[in-house]
Amino acid sequence: MRRLTFIHLLMYSVVISGIATATAQAPATSSETLIRNATVLTITRGTLTNTDVLIRNGKIAGVGNNLKASANARVIDGTNKYVMPGIVDCHSHSMLDAINEGSLSVTSMVRTDDVLNPHDVDLYRALAGGVTTLNLLHGSANAIGGLNTVVKVKYGHPVKDFFFPGAMPGIKFALGENPKRSNFILPGQPRRFPATRMGVEEVIREAFSRARDYQKSWDEHRAAVARREKNLIAPRRDLQLEPLVEVLEGKRFVHAHCYRADEILMLIAVANEFGFKIKTFQHALEGYKVAKEIAEHGAGASIFADNWAYKIEAYDAIPYNAAIMTRAGVVVSMNSDSDERARRLNIEAAKAMRYGDVSELEALKMITWNPAFQLGIHGRVGSIETGKDADLAIWNGHPLSVYSRVDTTFVDGEVLFDRERDLTRRQPFLSERQQLEQAEPNRPPQAGPARQTPRGRRPTAQQETDEVAHP
Amino acid sequence: MKNRKTFCFGLVTLSLSLLFAPASAAQQPGNPTTQLGVTFPRGVYAITNARLVTVSGPTIENGTVVIRDGKIAEVGANISVPATAQLIDAKGLWVYPGMFDLGTSLGLVEVGSGAPGTVDTTEVGDFNPHVKAIAAINPHSAHIGVTRVDGVTNTLTLPVGGLISGQGAVINLVGTTQSEMAVVPHAALVINYPRAITGGGGGFFPVTQPANLSELVTAANRQVERIRQILRDAEAYGRAHDAYSKDKTLPRPDRNLMLEALVPYVRGGRPVVFRADRESDIRGAIRFAEEMKLKPIILGGDDAWKMTAFLKEKNVPVILTGVLDLPSREDDFYDTLYQNAAKLRQAGVRFAISSGDSGANVRNLPFYAGMAAAYGLPADEALKAVTLYPAQIMNLADRLGSIEIGKIANIVVTDGDLLETRTHVRHLFIDGRQIPLTSRHTDLNDAFKNRR
Repeated sequence: MRRLTFIHLLMYSVVISGIATATAQAPATSSETLIRNATVLTITRGTLTNTDVLIRNGKIAGVGNNLKASANARVIDGTNKYVMPGIVDCHSHSMLDAINEGSLSVTSMVRTDDVLNPHDVDLYRALAGGVTTLNLLHGSANAIGGLNTVVKVKYGHPVKDFFFPGAMPGIKFALGENPKRSNFILPGQPRRFPATRMGVEEVIREAFSRARDYQKSWDEHRAAVARREKNLIAPRRDLQLEPLVEVLEGKRFVHAHCYRADEILMLIAVANEFGFKIKTFQHALEGYKVAKEIAEHGAGASIFADNWAYKIEAYDAIPYNAAIMTRAGVVVSMNSDSDERARRLNIEAAKAMRYGDVSELEALKMITWNPAFQLGIHGRVGSIETGKDADLAIWNGHPLSVYSRVDTTFVDGEVLFDRERDLTRRQPFLSERQQLEQAEPNRPPQAGPARQTPRGRRPTAQQETDEVAHP
Repeated sequence: MKNRKTFCFGLVTLSLSLLFAPASAAQQPGNPTTQLGVTFPRGVYAITNARLVTVSGPTIENGTVVIRDGKIAEVGANISVPATAQLIDAKGLWVYPGMFDLGTSLGLVEVGSGAPGTVDTTEVGDFNPHVKAIAAINPHSAHIGVTRVDGVTNTLTLPVGGLISGQGAVINLVGTTQSEMAVVPHAALVINYPRAITGGGGGFFPVTQPANLSELVTAANRQVERIRQILRDAEAYGRAHDAYSKDKTLPRPDRNLMLEALVPYVRGGRPVVFRADRESDIRGAIRFAEEMKLKPIILGGDDAWKMTAFLKEKNVPVILTGVLDLPSREDDFYDTLYQNAAKLRQAGVRFAISSGDSGANVRNLPFYAGMAAAYGLPADEALKAVTLYPAQIMNLADRLGSIEIGKIANIVVTDGDLLETRTHVRHLFIDGRQIPLTSRHTDLNDAFKNRR
């Protein structure tokens, strides 16, 4: 855990008390909000102009004309504004205090949900970019990594409120340069199997062979129990293999980090051998070369719009990837893999129109319905429909325009980002900051301990990918 | 020195060809000096029926631009099209000057990680004023084609690392050789203004720092002193050589390439780019430049919005590379860096917007400007921030940055607003040469898009 300095603790308390006040003013569960006369990008039901959206008890209670709200409902004039579903980021490492358990090649026993930090300020910054759902993935150091966590960005809430109800459990796999540790050889550190793409395949095959045996021993045990046999000894529980059995049984989604076409085909072959499915190929920079095979397998792809050349296996990445795979029938989403990029996924989606001419609707789906589908939460989010969760954002212009920004972001009907509110809080915040800077513990020291750098990292272009910043 | 001669010669040749190339030769598509390699021939072109966004003047509807001998020859609504001109009917299209990114290492890096042989940004040692980007820019890098087909026609390509990193070059993104690409081969010196580093900021190799801030400050000041010393040495070196050239009876001063490289900069003849983001570092860099009589440009400028009065008073331009960076401090407002440009503009500080990228993502430059526009920078100013303002900052506004008669014909024809993500580039001219809209990426797209 990182240490928090005095000033940071104070700032957290400011932020949290601010949010607490706001929450007290507008209780989430019982409140109603009516957005009037907006352009509504429903995703599943087209684009509706001069339309109202009614939010009640955290759900979308109506989408239509002349909707009636109760007398104490908050009414927002949506004239000239756009309402779109909250953005779903299918590849994030936000709010994770640790990203890679990189000591083994199979770490399916570790869980990202053990290391969530709900105070990560990057969550607020993501909300300000219209993002409401994150797929928090383990890093890509291992062929089989840890378990992921799907969260709603409930910034200001306790961590238990973040977990997305009913999201499919998942696991991170990784292929290529990262699991074979091509770029992370440290002096004095022993090499780890695998060191080649050949080895990566065998690590995965070996793990699933063990998982199958483990599954069988439990199946046999349960059958014996059902036969009421006596003196049975249950198999020893194996926390590494349990999630892999869930994969074999279709109860856990595989999100596989990959770049090159050959390794994508390799994993499809391994999955076919053991009879499971890959839910998403993450990054899949060369997915366009094998779009047909990805589509045939029924996998999705969650990609960067145009990031390339930051490493050898990214040298054939092209911004037409999204368009080619979409036309081949692959469900494609645009992800961030970066606290920075998460703030502007709308621009990343629009790049699919720039490169490869996908339709406006397809581009919008790449950051809403498609990633929701890839996480098994499309029944609750990803489009604006009556009965779905009220996770949405109001934009001051078309969200695919570079000139647009978010005015208000709702999660479960609660306003968790509001630009007006943010602006009005600034002056008191600055005054408080000034006071804190004058406080004795925060004076610039003549000598003494240097301040720890806060977590707010400044990624360079190269650091933005998970494997470099969080190998 | 051989290199320098070659480049000077190259530049002279280039300038001569710009000035005196006979129109007939330029019109020949089979011009042998340009057809071999990747430098496309110049021609006479007329882009007609277009919406001309001149940037420097009013936008002209249904306008015509004539390109001849690498230059913009005519601009206006009622232009008679030369009989020899190849016509480009731009009905429904928009015409812009090419974009110009001042904060890149484009051409010096092919693959950032895992292929060190393709990375030429950073020399060994603290003082390398004599190393020059133009010596190592790879005209055949895939990044060049990928970047220009999105409308970025010029970069200031800079070395990085050390205290004095070397000299950057302003290039056109077309050419078979570096000298064909060069607009200004030795355009600016790069100094990393020393800062008291107080933390590593995470990552795979977190930097552990000595815990004493005053020690760090002292160490940074010591580095500033080392820079000061070498610049003073360069002044003295220049004086000694001047004196000797006038009076050969004086003792002949030895030649020192490092000091020789600094002479034009310490004499204020060429700009010095200081990398600095924090308020104290920007202030320190500008005061240092003032003391040493340098011509400073700030590159980075994350904290520039905090000190607009100072920047305005000193009339120092800022190249913002952080528009799309996360705010540097946890308690910064979420849009601190988005709105940096708007605040500089309001205060009348000279600025430009850069991607700050080593190469691969320079093509995203319009979206950096667009984000600044979403957060308060007027759209026309955002456009200037990636066209005319960079040209002005580099003292190249007579050659680049807008659609005006006599400027280098770097022109982008689009089907919409240049900064808008969904817009497509439809035609491209650099140095008066029509550039095919192909790149490594379009080639791969063509190869695989129809695979079934």
